[in-house]
Amino acid sequence: MRKPRFIGIAILMAFTLVVAACGDDDADDTTAATTAATTAATTAAAPFRIAIVAPSASNDLAFSQSIVDAVNVVAAEMGNVEIEVTDGTFVVDDAAAAIRAYAADGVDLVIAHGSQYGGSLSEIAPDFPDTSFAWGTAADTFGLPNVYSYEAASDEGGYVMGVMGAALSTSDVIGVVGPIEVGDAKLYVDGYQLGALAEKPGATVNIVYTGSFGDVALAAEAAESHLAAGADVLTGTAQMVVGAVGVANENDMLWFGTQANQTSLAPSIVVASQVYHWEVLLRDIIANIEDGTLGGEIYSIDLANGGLVIEFNDGFDLPADVRAKADAAIAGIESGSISTTP
Amino acid sequence: MSRLFTEAVLIGIVASGIRLAVPLLLASLGEMYGQRSGVLNLGVDGIMLLGAFSGYYLVLRTGNVWVGLVMGAFIGLLLGLASAVISVTLKAEQGISGIGVYLFGLGMSDLLFQKMVGTPIPISGFPDLDIPLLSDIPILGGMLFQHSAVIYMAFAAVPISLYVLNRTTFGMNIKAVGENPEAADSLGVSVTKIRYATVTIGGTFAGFAGGALAIDLGIFQQNLTNAAGFIAIALVYFGAWRPMGVMAGALLYGFVNALVLQLKTLGIISRGWSDISAMAPALITILALVIVARRFRQPAALTKPFTRGT
Repeated sequence: MRKPRFIGIAILMAFTLVVAACGDDDADDTTAATTAATTAATTAAAPFRIAIVAPSASNDLAFSQSIVDAVNVVAAEMGNVEIEVTDGTFVVDDAAAAIRAYAADGVDLVIAHGSQYGGSLSEIAPDFPDTSFAWGTAADTFGLPNVYSYEAASDEGGYVMGVMGAALSTSDVIGVVGPIEVGDAKLYVDGYQLGALAEKPGATVNIVYTGSFGDVALAAEAAESHLAAGADVLTGTAQMVVGAVGVANENDMLWFGTQANQTSLAPSIVVASQVYHWEVLLRDIIANIEDGTLGGEIYSIDLANGGLVIEFNDGFDLPADVRAKADAAIAGIESGSISTTP
Repeated sequence: MSRLFTEAVLIGIVASGIRLAVPLLLASLGEMYGQRSGVLNLGVDGIMLLGAFSGYYLVLRTGNVWVGLVMGAFIGLLLGLASAVISVTLKAEQGISGIGVYLFGLGMSDLLFQKMVGTPIPISGFPDLDIPLLSDIPILGGMLFQHSAVIYMAFAAVPISLYVLNRTTFGMNIKAVGENPEAADSLGVSVTKIRYATVTIGGTFAGFAGGALAIDLGIFQQNLTNAAGFIAIALVYFGAWRPMGVMAGALLYGFVNALVLQLKTLGIISRGWSDISAMAPALITILALVIVARRFRQPAALTKPFTRGT
């Protein structure tokens, strides 16, 4: 007689969890939901379909959120756009399956948002010559006519952040928490170091690559190691930095964000964030697709084209002279008088 | 190199190593109970994730870290019970069913987070609990006695587990069931009850570990544990199914991780070696514990379902 009772408990538990999942729905579904649709009421034409495959949560306040936010902006501008999102595909095989499924389903633009997806995409894209793919962050279309690639000159914002970080540091020890030394993470970290040393040549910039994009606990301990080494200013890149922001907040260390606006994580210590506005290049890509060009171009967002924007935290009392240094750095980068690569 | 041997850095390495070890220690200790009774639960990471989310969510809503921690443990208890139903009553293949529990926890924790929270919102973590007098000891006080209460609770669970396994009837029954369930059954020990108890204890520990991790970090994120549950399972094997071995493994893993981070921070490990050195904690822990674990054998009935009369 016990077996049915225990099975009943298990079923009840699973049911409870599912009901809980469906209960409170206050979250912003436009970014979190797997499928969202924006349909213009005034047009009867078939919607332009965009699918995003991203490695982390679509609301990670970092890499994945940046592309989801951008697609939502473009969709709102265009109207009659259907968006589908598969997030959390940190397993490349899962991402490849999703990319292939979207292409087979007739999606107009499949965005493979992760440099690690390149190998899979180069095999999938030739099987769907009528589908357009966009891959980032990378600067390689594999010579395929239906693949666009995109990257972010994150070293530019990194440089600006580094200038401010060094100017605000009183210990002259600055900490950086990175994931793996590749892609826009490496660009950002290199740019940050360059900016910090340009502002304060005698400063010490300690850089830790944790070896993981997703290990929040390790990122938190990396921040602790910077604290032990005397740092009073921190920055970091990739989705695992939420752990480092927490440590910075507990210890009143200043934080500079990148990829998305991270002010909400710690309003009192986040000075500014470099925010990716991929919509700058997505508009061009979609226009090209509608004109019949499905790929073959490499795009980049930077400060000059408005794809990278330094968003300052209005709640942080940034000294006017430091703000002036940041503005000067931005102007110098946009004019080409400042180089942000080592 | 001289920067490594400053008081702040040395304290930082040890304290960091302890913090990194604690979720592994808790999850490993719980898993050890199940394995000693003959049940392998590969779903530890999934249970940790749901414990982490539920703990985080309760703190977000109530502001009380202890309520969150209890909820994490309670969800772990429920999932441990479900795991026991699958492994003990339904006699499912333990490796496969454990992966199912893991995937359920991974997916459900993310779904719940997306639906009930959305964007990561920070919460206040555990306050530090300085042990009177001991925390004032130079260097050692900062390393060992200025942690949160959860850290002390985790390490207190080691001697308690040692006592339970070696000094109580329940512990003796666990080991008997794990070694020879038929013999234990013939002596009147309920194999089913013992295994239900141990797997449920394991789930509770895993949920507690997940809750402690999320609350300590003050945040939840998709796949927050980053496979810590699987490392915990490995530590049970390499810790030779003994509380002290499990603790030694967890601490070794935590300390090597903390040391590598600090060496990177100070530039002693160059950036060129950064990615390779990230593998060091796992490699060193496995090597060290394999050498020790070779002297011990696993419970004879591990992964074998029990059916009376077979």
